[in-house]
Amino acid sequence: MAKKLMKGNEAIGEAAIQAGVRNYFCYPITPQSEVAEYLAKRMPEVGGMFLQGESELAVGNMIFGAAATGERVFTTSSSPGISLMQEAISYIAGAQLPAVFANIVRGGPGLGGILPAQSDYFQSVKGGGHGDYKMLVLAPSTVQEAVDLMMIAFDLADKYTNPVMIIGDGMIGQMMEPVEFKKPPPMALPPKKWAANGCKGRDPVIIRSLFLDPLRLEQNNRELFVKYRRMQAEEVRFERYNVEKGNKVLIVAYGTTARICKTVIADFKARGINVGLLRPISLYPFPMAAVAEAAEGVKAVLSVEMSMGQMVEDVERSVLGRAPVGFFGRVGGVVPTPEEITVEIEKLL
Amino acid sequence: MQKEVTFAGFGGQGIMSIGQFVAYTGMEEGSEVVWLPSYGPEMRGGTAYCTVVVSDRPIGSPIIQNPQYAVVMNRPSFDKFEPTIKPGGLIVINSSLIDVKSRRTDIDQLGVPANEIAIKHGLPRSANIAMLGAFVGRSGIIKSNNLKKFIEKKFGSRREVLESNMKILEEGLGIAENSQ
Amino acid sequence: MERTAEKVVFTRPEAMKNAVTHYCPGCTHGVIHRIVAEVIDELGIRDKTVGVGPVGCSVLIYNYMNVDFLEAAHGRAPAFATGIKRVRPDLIAFTYQGDGDLASIGMGEIVHAANRGEKFTTIFVNNAIYGMTGGQMAPTTMPGQVTTTCPLGRNTKDTGEPIRMAELLSALKTSAFITRVSVHSPRHIVETKKAILRAFRYQIDKVCYSLVEVLSICPTNWGLTTKESAKWLEETMIPYYPLGDKKTPEHSQR
Repeated sequence: MAKKLMKGNEAIGEAAIQAGVRNYFCYPITPQSEVAEYLAKRMPEVGGMFLQGESELAVGNMIFGAAATGERVFTTSSSPGISLMQEAISYIAGAQLPAVFANIVRGGPGLGGILPAQSDYFQSVKGGGHGDYKMLVLAPSTVQEAVDLMMIAFDLADKYTNPVMIIGDGMIGQMMEPVEFKKPPPMALPPKKWAANGCKGRDPVIIRSLFLDPLRLEQNNRELFVKYRRMQAEEVRFERYNVEKGNKVLIVAYGTTARICKTVIADFKARGINVGLLRPISLYPFPMAAVAEAAEGVKAVLSVEMSMGQMVEDVERSVLGRAPVGFFGRVGGVVPTPEEITVEIEKLL
Repeated sequence: MQKEVTFAGFGGQGIMSIGQFVAYTGMEEGSEVVWLPSYGPEMRGGTAYCTVVVSDRPIGSPIIQNPQYAVVMNRPSFDKFEPTIKPGGLIVINSSLIDVKSRRTDIDQLGVPANEIAIKHGLPRSANIAMLGAFVGRSGIIKSNNLKKFIEKKFGSRREVLESNMKILEEGLGIAENSQ
Repeated sequence: MERTAEKVVFTRPEAMKNAVTHYCPGCTHGVIHRIVAEVIDELGIRDKTVGVGPVGCSVLIYNYMNVDFLEAAHGRAPAFATGIKRVRPDLIAFTYQGDGDLASIGMGEIVHAANRGEKFTTIFVNNAIYGMTGGQMAPTTMPGQVTTTCPLGRNTKDTGEPIRMAELLSALKTSAFITRVSVHSPRHIVETKKAILRAFRYQIDKVCYSLVEVLSICPTNWGLTTKESAKWLEETMIPYYPLGDKKTPEHSQR
């Protein structure tokens, strides 16, 4: 298929269609409403289902109902909307259902702003909803990568019967870049014996997150964490950019921020100063070993984020004293400039 | 080589579209491209702008504080973006609506009576195409032949609209050449 | 011994599991569960039915119903059922919800599901109190009725009047079947079954959304005997919550 120039939001919608997904529930919110607008036109063309729910609260729970039947389903939203979906996400994780959520992050807290941010790292990676659970969280830094990750997200959700979140900031949603829709190699997936789609020829199934017996609930949580450990073993994704012996500084950054850091690294290289970038693609599971390895022998590590310092905690957990860990962030929709990041790195040299 | 341009004007002047035309054509030419709009309340009434980056290597930051080029279609956009242009850069000014010139001596400037050109050819809404022609002609960010091919594809279904737009584009390109 | 004369006249519906009840003595949830199970059997839809349970006393309904079941978040059963029906319109879905679940925390979901005309069925059990959490005030609690969160009786000046859900939902323009029945006497139980049967039929024929509000008793939290409870329902609730069809698809134009 030839390359097309597409807005991130539209490309995310088309990627789901290309991945064969035909069920989408949504509620409008800036800066991701183009996904809904795109799919309102596109889903009927491919015989798919599009429904605008009455709230993100309802949409999250529609996702539960739809996923429980064994059909592939997804929604997209932005930070305040994702907050309202936390109830459903917790239930979906607890009941072990596959579903895909895309969060085109905007600045918070509260209504915040509508410009790009990365301040939902904790919410997506550390819980967000109540209870012991994890989502597989994938962070693209280009529109093409958003497409690629979206196209495998449904397989990954089915593989782990777990919610998967694609987390991109407003920039990823709004910018246009050339994209290609390449079908990923098929994943071997278990049959959906758990699906509630009518008990023809079998005993009824119950899909729930309620376990009043404490030992049974504990067992359920332990099962979840066996799954999460498998994710840690099999789903760590990252990019090493200019990471090599002789790096003076290692930057850790994801999404749009990582792109900006690449510009900075090129400028330093031209000056004969070697700076590396470790870009986590999976935020959960976090590439701890890769960060640790890349931090070996550097003078300092710098976590660059559009937050007040969230991922930096995982960076510290990974670096474990191998080098001092610094932080630079801009928030509220302010995107760090290459010049600002350059100044921060120069302080560490 | 990476080239960056900010297109700016008020909503409805077709700023976003001409940015996309450059990005599309750049992509067809095999370059790496990014198109990034301003969005949200900024779009309502005030200045709308988008940034286009065309590069021969993967594009890092899509956010450009200091572009080489700016194409401005109204006065607020001139005031906002003229000071941000990199030394040695270019500003293309819609002289139909902007009655000032840049006082900077370190950048090139080109005035285009875009609205008059568009009205002359019977498509008052196509002032953006005159700006696009002048900008592409002067900057060489993409090849003008490839841009024409793209415009043909874009407006091909409506013959009269296409012909008028092509005339407007040619006139813009002509201004760039004649003022060289 | 003449054994051939013996004939089974009463048995457990296939759509019901062989489970020991956890409901309090005198509770009518069991009766309503059974009616739903009988209707599922009679319509022959057991193997394509998916139930959605509420949060409340009937949270464990999946232990009794012999069909596929989802356990919803509090109030969100209509959103769950919307999800089911939108992606699998061939399945039969029903929500089973209490008054706290449907009329309080789930008010948004029920109104919008009904307004979209979602083709599922809701069994709405109204016993004028929160049961599972221990007898707190519900949106349907009667004026003056004592609960643990209105110990001096519901003061409607502060808390508003009880919400008549069937009437409220009937005010929507979208076509629907909305009716109110009761299970406080054998005669009313027979009527309830007829209404639930009709509600499921509308769904099977893809006609409209259907909701059956069932007035129900809660002797434990009302602090009355079963007999007194039935009398209280008859004398206090029915005058405020009149029985009968509020809206039918045949007469939905307003």
